[in-house]
Amino acid sequence: MEYYLHLVLNGLVIGSIYSLVALGFVIIYKATKVVNFAQGELVMFGAYVCFALTVQLGLPFLISFFMTLIFSVILGLCLERVILRPMIGEPIISVIMVTVGLSTVLKAVIQLFWGTSIRVYPQVLPTEPVWILGLPVAPVYIAAFCLSVVLFVIFSFFFKYSTMGIAMRATAFDQQAAQSMGIGVKNIFAMSWCIAAVVSSIGGIILGNINGINPQLGHLGLKVFPAVILGGLDSLLGAAIGGLIIGILENVSDGLAQQLFGLAGFREVAAYVVLVIILMIRPYGLFGTHEIERV
Amino acid sequence: MQGKCGLFFTTYARESQVFHTGFQKSSLAIFFIVLLISPFFLSSYQVSLLNLINIAVIGAVSLNLLTGSCGQISLGHGAFIGVGAYASGVLTLSGMPFLPALILAGGITAMVGMIFGIPSLRLKGIYLAIATLAAQLILVYIFMHWTSVTGGAIGMGLDTPVIFGFDFDTDLKMFYLTLAFAVLAVIMVKNVLRTKSGRAFVAIRDFHLSAESVGINLFYYKLQAFGISSFLAGIAGGLWAHYTMYITPEQFEITLSISYLAMIIIGGLGSVLGSVFGAVFITLLPEVLSFIADHLSGFFPNISTYFLAMRDGIFGLILVLFLIFEPDGLARRWQLAKSYFKLHPFAH
Repeated sequence: MEYYLHLVLNGLVIGSIYSLVALGFVIIYKATKVVNFAQGELVMFGAYVCFALTVQLGLPFLISFFMTLIFSVILGLCLERVILRPMIGEPIISVIMVTVGLSTVLKAVIQLFWGTSIRVYPQVLPTEPVWILGLPVAPVYIAAFCLSVVLFVIFSFFFKYSTMGIAMRATAFDQQAAQSMGIGVKNIFAMSWCIAAVVSSIGGIILGNINGINPQLGHLGLKVFPAVILGGLDSLLGAAIGGLIIGILENVSDGLAQQLFGLAGFREVAAYVVLVIILMIRPYGLFGTHEIERV
Repeated sequence: MQGKCGLFFTTYARESQVFHTGFQKSSLAIFFIVLLISPFFLSSYQVSLLNLINIAVIGAVSLNLLTGSCGQISLGHGAFIGVGAYASGVLTLSGMPFLPALILAGGITAMVGMIFGIPSLRLKGIYLAIATLAAQLILVYIFMHWTSVTGGAIGMGLDTPVIFGFDFDTDLKMFYLTLAFAVLAVIMVKNVLRTKSGRAFVAIRDFHLSAESVGINLFYYKLQAFGISSFLAGIAGGLWAHYTMYITPEQFEITLSISYLAMIIIGGLGSVLGSVFGAVFITLLPEVLSFIADHLSGFFPNISTYFLAMRDGIFGLILVLFLIFEPDGLARRWQLAKSYFKLHPFAH
């Protein structure tokens, strides 16, 4: 029993990071209808920049954390302006492939600067475990979970009450109507890429604090697809819940497969098996708008 | 009618011919004669590159039928090629002769492809892309963990192909075999596109609702596209397996699917000739880059350590640049070049 509780707890933490990355994904999809296959590389970018600032330049962690966020904003702006804007109105396969190409470029750039070895963050939080429900949990896990919850609350309020957030929702709902009401749709596009880069960077920094970072981190982007499809491609709440569910499910099914069948590494595909089932039954996800065309 | 200022067709049969002019036929014939005798003048390494190109042509032309012509985005083509490779490997190891094993492997891959094509009934666009991405990851997981059949991470060693007692054990002999299959695949796809099925595929790609309303059975034709495409992917996989003689799951990872998609985008979506261009381009790209890196290493001694990262980055960069500046690919460039010569003094 304790074993499963442990699996669930670990799943929650990993899931909260999936949620963050999924949040970035959903924001881009909501505002621009672009499916971003480079989301994992945005995570990696943030993780490596923060690593470089803290370890290689020796800045205090908090300062480098905020500087990383600024770098992410710049990256988001550049990507949108240079790569995504020419793709407006292109067929969906071109848009998918441009983000795929982008992901390989980003990955290559990161490898050029930092090589392929695993890098470890300095210990920011104490290593003494905290006991929850009779289980030892590292403080970094708790911090990760709390940080994601806080970010989700901030973004929900941002979308609900701030002028920019409302403008973004309006653009997502109907681009032309939004434009005729005086909303700069291009700015909204840029804004959504910035936000996506920022939340992904935060996810990357958290991950770096937990496991260290290596160029395989980009694979995380692939884990996000099941999470967003489960939650619904255009739902923030869906991203949060989908991420948590996929995180838990992955960990628990991995543990089960290992214990019952001796099958290693089921974690890699568990989410995708679920994904296929969801796509067959409910393609628009738990909270997504039911607008998919039945073919 | 033929002339310098264009082609004028008076019948449908004339228009749907593969070759419109005698010039096309004769230049293709010359090209093939040169191709057939070229291995005798090339080093064994260069012939091995030609082999890789031939196999890539089969894969690219099959993916282009599915994605370029029928509009069904597949991020799982690399895994389908893997299914063909493992199927033909298992069949030949169990004692079946090469040729029937290869065809049967194609059939098995077609079945697998059609199973993963079933969601295309309900899904399109991005949802289908993600469904095929799931196929990709699940299949590679199966290659990795069904150790009793596939050998798992250790991989599977295979023999060279033997057809009627003739052993294709050198690059040179293999060249003629892969070339034959590549030509057959190109002819097959070219002809599929000229038939009723091919026109149905294009109609489905252009707009599924109007296709349906003129009486095209969407599910039937989509599955057919998945079936034909996966069959050829299986053939490509089988040839690849017996050419390299050693297969492991890593060879069929998502990067392979992406490089095949890159081939058809850089070549030209929906164009058979474009698939060939794309296959040549993407197969030779790493060679050209490593050639450049070798020559630059005199100036930048550390360049080889960064080479792998740079190669992937340049690959991605070329893909992005093509998508932004030439979305119709090399096939369109080729057309423009041809019409330039045709119309030479009168550019417009």
